[in-house]
Amino acid sequence: MHAIEKLLAVKAGVDRVHAGQIVNCDVDVAGINDLYYQTVKSFYEMGGKKVKHPDDVQIFFDHYAPCATVIQAEDHKKFRAFAHEQGIANLMDVNQGVCHQVVVDRGLAKPGEIVVITDSHSTMHGALGAFGTGVGATDLATILITGKLWFKVPEVIRINLTGRLQPGVYAKDVILHILGDLKADHGIYKAIEFAGPALTDFTISERLALCNMTTEMGAATSYIQPDDRTRAFLKSKGVTDYPVYTTDADYQYEEDLTYDISQIEPQVAAPADVDNVHDLSNYQGIHVDQAYIGSCTGGRLQDFAIAAKILKGHHIAPDTRLIIVPASGEVTRECIARGYIQDLLDAGATLSPSGCAACIGIHQGLIAADEVCMSTSNRNFPGRMGSLKGQIYLASPAATATAALTGQITDPRDYVEA
Amino acid sequence: METLRTGQAHVFGNNIDTDQIYPARFIEYTEEADIKKYAMAGSDNPDFVQETQPGDLIVAGTNFGCGSSREHAAITLKGNQVGAVVAESFARIFFRNAINLGIPVITCPGVHAHVQAGDRLQLDLKAGEFRDLTNGWTAPVEPLDEYIMNILSHGGIKPLMRALTSQGKVRD
Ligand code: SF4
Repeated sequence: MHAIEKLLAVKAGVDRVHAGQIVNCDVDVAGINDLYYQTVKSFYEMGGKKVKHPDDVQIFFDHYAPCATVIQAEDHKKFRAFAHEQGIANLMDVNQGVCHQVVVDRGLAKPGEIVVITDSHSTMHGALGAFGTGVGATDLATILITGKLWFKVPEVIRINLTGRLQPGVYAKDVILHILGDLKADHGIYKAIEFAGPALTDFTISERLALCNMTTEMGAATSYIQPDDRTRAFLKSKGVTDYPVYTTDADYQYEEDLTYDISQIEPQVAAPADVDNVHDLSNYQGIHVDQAYIGSCTGGRLQDFAIAAKILKGHHIAPDTRLIIVPASGEVTRECIARGYIQDLLDAGATLSPSGCAACIGIHQGLIAADEVCMSTSNRNFPGRMGSLKGQIYLASPAATATAALTGQITDPRDYVEA
Repeated sequence: METLRTGQAHVFGNNIDTDQIYPARFIEYTEEADIKKYAMAGSDNPDFVQETQPGDLIVAGTNFGCGSSREHAAITLKGNQVGAVVAESFARIFFRNAINLGIPVITCPGVHAHVQAGDRLQLDLKAGEFRDLTNGWTAPVEPLDEYIMNILSHGGIKPLMRALTSQGKVRD
């Protein structure tokens, strides 16, 4: 069996499971984000009275935080009331940040656990050996009532990474490249596992970015076998007690792919599909109105370290704005402590409160028609960050910071030290 | 559950994401009565709501419903009484959301190439067959898992869970 299958079997209370089988599993972390008050409505519509395991439930105020409209504020108010009434202590208020980063910051994503959030990018938690998957509101309400949810055991595609990244090329470029190659529907219902010698060198932050974007391939979940880096990271969060499952040697992967990452150049996903990926060099010189560094894909400490290094002591281009949104309150505080925020503000950046902000086009940095935004986030659909006629290029934090500096799409390799 | 679904075709392409089915700018609405007004508002047929009749079928290419987890995408189709969505393939979360709300989401290879907008369609869930009554094209559909069929035949997860909670089969 695959490690994921062993995890699901334990959570379903059975000895064996196989791909395609539907299993009903205990859920360890059940997260609701503020877009989905529907979850609470469904809970009551289904006859729910008491949440079964209130301690396993997390409510995240992230997409609306802090509220821009009265309707959003009313939703937050109703959520607060629900949390009180049901004894849900883990209400992550507007100071906490994007649900996925908060889960990681708090050490909740760990090997052997099932993490289910009403958000598609829950695949990210596979980077820490958890079974992370996104669901809709009514599925989450089912967990509130029963503590369980059904899953179809996924087939697993393994992606082996070999070689070494060139300076100025990052995990984000790797996942964009793979997405461009495999396309947006390659992983529907599947689990995507990353492995191979190059992966060992990837930091947890980079692994999170890889697994986060498997959602854009349609993946149900993703996985990285926990290793020393995983253990060290979890230990820094005070998490030491968890089972680690390993994949049997005779497990049959649905596909076993290998990418030599030494060959990858800086990439962009050009408008308006995530899999419309090309070498950034093809787009050099396009004027960038807004550079956006943030989101659960590209808004971590390491991303701001890279951006601060490029922009420190310089100023962004006159006709370009740079919006920076650290993914969580904890990331904001660490970025401040290390001076990155100061460097970026001195360079002309605009700091937004932690949360989803313009990544989902609700507030804090929307773009107008025909404006170009380069973003470290994960989606470039029409209208995703504001106007339906806005143009979004997805790229690495380095490429995004470089675009802010020069005001146009620019190869970041000329701006980072080797 | 009505196992024979007959209606007109509304045809969409590949990778129809949830922002096309239900744009993020309407996401604050939580009532079906509001949500149903914006079905397919971000797609290349934003007039869908005016054109569709109860029972009509949506036909699409691959990866229908990709993108976010927003249940609004399924609620808006339910609000418009879409009889079924028949596509080459579905994105996972949309598939779950639709089943939970009792909307048949049926995988039928070849459907996108064979159906024109406005064709009269029939989906026979019992026989597992799809028919384009306008041009005569008929094809088998991929059967749904028993677990999923059970949810669907109760009209969705809500009636099913209501039945279980009221019988005390789910203890809270
Ligand atoms: S940051 Fe963007 S992608 Fe991540 S959860 Fe928020 S809206 Fe979704």
